[in-house]
Amino acid sequence: MIHLALQPLMQVADSQLPPTEGVFLIGTVVKMLIVFTVYMVGVAMLTLAERKISAWIQDRHGPNRVGYGWLQPAADGVKNIMKEETYPDAANLPLFILAPAISFIPAMITWAVIPFASPLPTPWGRIDMVVADLPVGFLFCLAISSLGVYGIVLAGWSSNNKYALLGGLRASAQMISYEIAMGMATVCVLLLSGNVSLSTIIQQQSTMGWNVFLLSIAFFIFLIAAFAETNRLPFDMPEAESELIAGYHTEYSAMKFSLFFIAEYANMVTASALITSLFFGGWDIPFTQWDNLPPFTVLKTVLTLGAFLTKVLFFLFFFMWIRWTLPRFRYDQLMSLGWKIMLPMALAYITIIGTVVLALDRAGIARGPTYGAIMFGMNVVLVVLLFVVLDRGRIVSPAYSRLDREEVARLRDISSGKSTLAEKNA
Amino acid sequence: MGNEFLPLLYSFHFYLFGLISIAAAIAFVTRKSPVAAAMWLVVTMFALAALYVMMDAQFIGVMQVLVYAGAIMVVFLFVVMLLNLGHPSELSDIRGKWGRIIAGFLGLALLAEIMTLTRSPLELKLVVPAIAVSVNSTGGIIGGVAGPLFREYLLAFELTSILLLVAIAGAVVLGRKRSAN
Repeated sequence: MIHLALQPLMQVADSQLPPTEGVFLIGTVVKMLIVFTVYMVGVAMLTLAERKISAWIQDRHGPNRVGYGWLQPAADGVKNIMKEETYPDAANLPLFILAPAISFIPAMITWAVIPFASPLPTPWGRIDMVVADLPVGFLFCLAISSLGVYGIVLAGWSSNNKYALLGGLRASAQMISYEIAMGMATVCVLLLSGNVSLSTIIQQQSTMGWNVFLLSIAFFIFLIAAFAETNRLPFDMPEAESELIAGYHTEYSAMKFSLFFIAEYANMVTASALITSLFFGGWDIPFTQWDNLPPFTVLKTVLTLGAFLTKVLFFLFFFMWIRWTLPRFRYDQLMSLGWKIMLPMALAYITIIGTVVLALDRAGIARGPTYGAIMFGMNVVLVVLLFVVLDRGRIVSPAYSRLDREEVARLRDISSGKSTLAEKNA
Repeated sequence: MGNEFLPLLYSFHFYLFGLISIAAAIAFVTRKSPVAAAMWLVVTMFALAALYVMMDAQFIGVMQVLVYAGAIMVVFLFVVMLLNLGHPSELSDIRGKWGRIIAGFLGLALLAEIMTLTRSPLELKLVVPAIAVSVNSTGGIIGGVAGPLFREYLLAFELTSILLLVAIAGAVVLGRKRSAN
């Protein structure tokens, strides 16, 4: 610290060059505070947004009393803090208290490596709009998000309640299964960018086109896995209230219960930001290179921040939209979807993308718009093929379409008692 | 070793994480509750990952968290919960007096070995040439690991993966047999 104090801290420097170490340190602390504050307020407002959106989807009003609804999160917070905390008799207290915090912290830490705007020029040097631009950026996200499961598993185990334990077991199996598919889907992204640093991945998308068009199937796999990782409907098996009361947080009350709730929304925000960064170009403004090239200005920073927030908010809305649209999966369906469909699909897709990338590089095509266009064309074909295979006439000729004659005859036999369902299956 | 920027802060954190990892490791072997022991092991892994990162091996550090803390220990916890080993006080302590004494001497011998090894000069072929340490410019920090792994040591790498595959297949076969009986 003596060393630091001797340095002239806020040295005036070129606004387009990286700052000195002192400025870097102060800038990082300021960024940490701002990101943390915005994140926490955002998460609180999301609980309101979920209730308002669910009300809108179900044709209700939603919360509209406390400050016309706007102060509802504050009211919830006050209520949760003032409520009585209950502890089950045979609970493992240290872990019981630790679990809500463990489930919340990883979601927040992941934000450290997500770039949210183009660099900001200041009189003391260029400040990157990311808390910590780690060289292992994306792997850091994967590593930290793989820890979120501890909170749920420990909550389930330490409560000493069979429903909570079942919820915890489900959570651990589910999150590990989908983490594999998620990791495999992102291997394609890394193949294309050639680096694991998130800023490089965003830079690559700004020149070649967004990864959602270049790696559509990886995007779909990542999206589905993100729903499973955040334990949101249709994959909220760990807390399926029709089977497990409330799953892993059955025994929690007051602010500890609320912390699990906050963790769920925090995970949603992080997942949305990751989807945005990996597949939707991060803070990139589409159809122009203006925002990616120096000289950086304050206007560029504000506009790119707006682009980033728009994308993240869209995905948050998407998460809620899905929750109030789709019913819950059955547990075995969830497992077979993860292991028998998504994992093989992701592996096959890695092989295809690897081959195409190798072929295009060998053919001497530079990584740019042409490269992107070829990848996009290939993806259109793959998505159509995948849709036809997975659909097998269910949406294109849906269940309510006309039955064929044999099927009608079979159903009549069943209803008249000539045959049973079992016979057909046997 | 050491960072040019704030060397005091660097060494403070180095010793802090070192202490945490040793304390957590001791807690890990002395806890009787399997879940508590598993959680202390996770703490040890974390402290080790922090040490790797401080020694500029970010990739190893992240892999330590991703593979050990994030995957292996979660499966471990899963199994421990499924087995439901009962209350810690009911578990019998299989370590007798002599077992502890022998373990203590073995530990001391290992410690002595490590101390002598760190004090003796490295053999020349074990010293990493300075050129190899510089970060590969094309692949970022991963390139430096991936390059040699998929070029010079490709055969060994693939053989290792086959070994793991055999182990997985063996585990599945063994698991099947027991449930059929």
